Amino acid sequence: MKHEATAALPKAVPEKTAPATAPAPVPPPVTPPERASGGRHGSRWTPWLYLAPALVVLAALLVYPIYQLGLISFLEYTQAQVSGGEPTTFKGLGNYRTLFSDSQFWEVLLATVVFAAACVVTTLGVGCALAVLLTRVRALPRLALMLAALGAWATPAVTGSTVWVFLFDPDHGPVNRMLGLGDFSWTYGRHSAFALVLFEVVWCSFPFVMVTVYAGIKAIPSEVLEAASLDGASQWRTWRSVIAPMLRPILIVVTIQSIIWDFKVFTQIYVMTAGGGIAGQNLVLNVYAYQKAFASSQYSLGSAIGIVMLLILLTVTLVYLRLMRRQGEEL
Amino acid sequence: MSRTVTPAVPPTPTPTTGAASTTGAGAATGAGASTAPTGRLRVRRPWRLAAEASALVVAVVVAFPLYWMVLSAFKPAGEIQSTEARPWTLSPSLDSFRRVFEQQEFGRYFLNSLFVAGSVVLASALIAFLAATAVTRFRFRFRTTLLIMFLVAQMVPIEALTIPLFFLMRDTGQLNTLWSLVLPHIAFSLPFAIWMLRGFVKAVPEALEEAACIDGASRTRFLWQILFPLVFPGLVATSVFSFISTWNDFLFAKSFIISDTSQSTLPMALLVFFKPDENDWGGIMAGSTVMTVPVLVFFVLVQRRLVSGLGGAVKD
Repeated sequence: MKHEATAALPKAVPEKTAPATAPAPVPPPVTPPERASGGRHGSRWTPWLYLAPALVVLAALLVYPIYQLGLISFLEYTQAQVSGGEPTTFKGLGNYRTLFSDSQFWEVLLATVVFAAACVVTTLGVGCALAVLLTRVRALPRLALMLAALGAWATPAVTGSTVWVFLFDPDHGPVNRMLGLGDFSWTYGRHSAFALVLFEVVWCSFPFVMVTVYAGIKAIPSEVLEAASLDGASQWRTWRSVIAPMLRPILIVVTIQSIIWDFKVFTQIYVMTAGGGIAGQNLVLNVYAYQKAFASSQYSLGSAIGIVMLLILLTVTLVYLRLMRRQGEEL
Repeated sequence: MSRTVTPAVPPTPTPTTGAASTTGAGAATGAGASTAPTGRLRVRRPWRLAAEASALVVAVVVAFPLYWMVLSAFKPAGEIQSTEARPWTLSPSLDSFRRVFEQQEFGRYFLNSLFVAGSVVLASALIAFLAATAVTRFRFRFRTTLLIMFLVAQMVPIEALTIPLFFLMRDTGQLNTLWSLVLPHIAFSLPFAIWMLRGFVKAVPEALEEAACIDGASRTRFLWQILFPLVFPGLVATSVFSFISTWNDFLFAKSFIISDTSQSTLPMALLVFFKPDENDWGGIMAGSTVMTVPVLVFFVLVQRRLVSGLGGAVKD
């Protein structure tokens, strides 16, 4: 605005000094439309200007790699093509055919789904139960639990994994001593290894659920709860008919986030079971794709597994969007 | 909007907390609502004590791994190797830490990790702030489509993108540099950051923008001198997530820093202490402690904003 004012001033001055000359009336009709169109122009492009850095980064480092991932999954792409200079050949759906006829792939897929489901259910159960517990206790125990949970939340996945492996170490760990398990090795058996990883995953992901659900419960206006108790609602009834429906949006978010995180577990499996367990017994899709690509140089098979994961998670996302839509949430 | 009302959870027991628990416990007695207050108290006490006891037990269990990590880092080597795991030590030593910092240029890895996480936090906070402003303060074509795209982008399994990103980094000559870690992490933290900041930007009243405009502030000035300070708490909360995901990153560090170990970050350095025959647990625990402490400090500093921020992101 200041700019426009100063720009208009010199134009007005010559106008006054030379009132009789012919070109004087010309400038005024030209400037106003120019100014107006400039303003409209600005506001129409401003959002895109603000969005530009984000879009450039996302296009280069997210969209383009996804496209590449899809492309590689259709090619013959192994060590020979990467460093041997051999020409890449188009294989169509060949990689997927190889993958789907491999019984190990189906086994890993099943293990991933079951493991993720177990993690999600346990995390949500523990998180919600503790959130309710938090509303029932005074400040000091609440602070203690909150701080402990924040500590677990903040712990990096790598160090969390190393610590949990150490806790359950057959020779030097305290857990086997406490439970009197002797030198039982948790990482040796398939189920016990998965259970160990599950403990760690739940430990580091329940705090998010607990804190979010607790914040959700606290955000329920106390008048509503008072009204319910005045109407003679029992505690169970208050939970079922007042609190649960109000928490629904939060529960949906938390569930979907957990599904996505637990489906993508990589670090914990990789560190705790040393890259997928004995003979690959603890592989999940993510680690499987990584091993296929970087350990055995079958980049196209690894990419095909990545695409399968992408499609599964996309389906979950679409369900999420559907649920949000149905609740009439405005974007 | 109601985010500001949401009590910042842990340290301040707000008066509403007391009120809510009283009504809750009142309802607990259900049919006995007509009993005298003293009777109600007597019924309530044991339940609350039980709840508090179990909360404390859970807190101890949850904190135990961290305690054990720090404890083992300070234990002398002999005690760690012994088969009786004692939950205390009478002769703490810094041997494990010394070993960690001497071996493998641990200090350098620490700085590398700090540089990567710091750059990602700054860059993604600024970029996300601009983008969040665009999608909340303006109405334009494809706005909803963009928002949905940001949401979908959060779900992309970034681990699956390691393969194409590896080739991208190789082709642009970024392999073995810290930029190969910084750039992808900016991209991966953006969608969530934008999504979360949206709530914070929305909470700043539109009237403020109109007032600023009437007072002659340009759009740029409003953006940086008015909106930015107001959204800053939200930026901090958002930064926690980008900081943690970057600091914790293990896969990219493992895949993109392949030959130049001077560019390694902490997670990789930690794995050095895993040996096929006998793991050096003291070293691993000391390294883990060094790696965990900065995140813990960061977390404790911003936790109040984090909790209120989460409430906002989820609700708005």
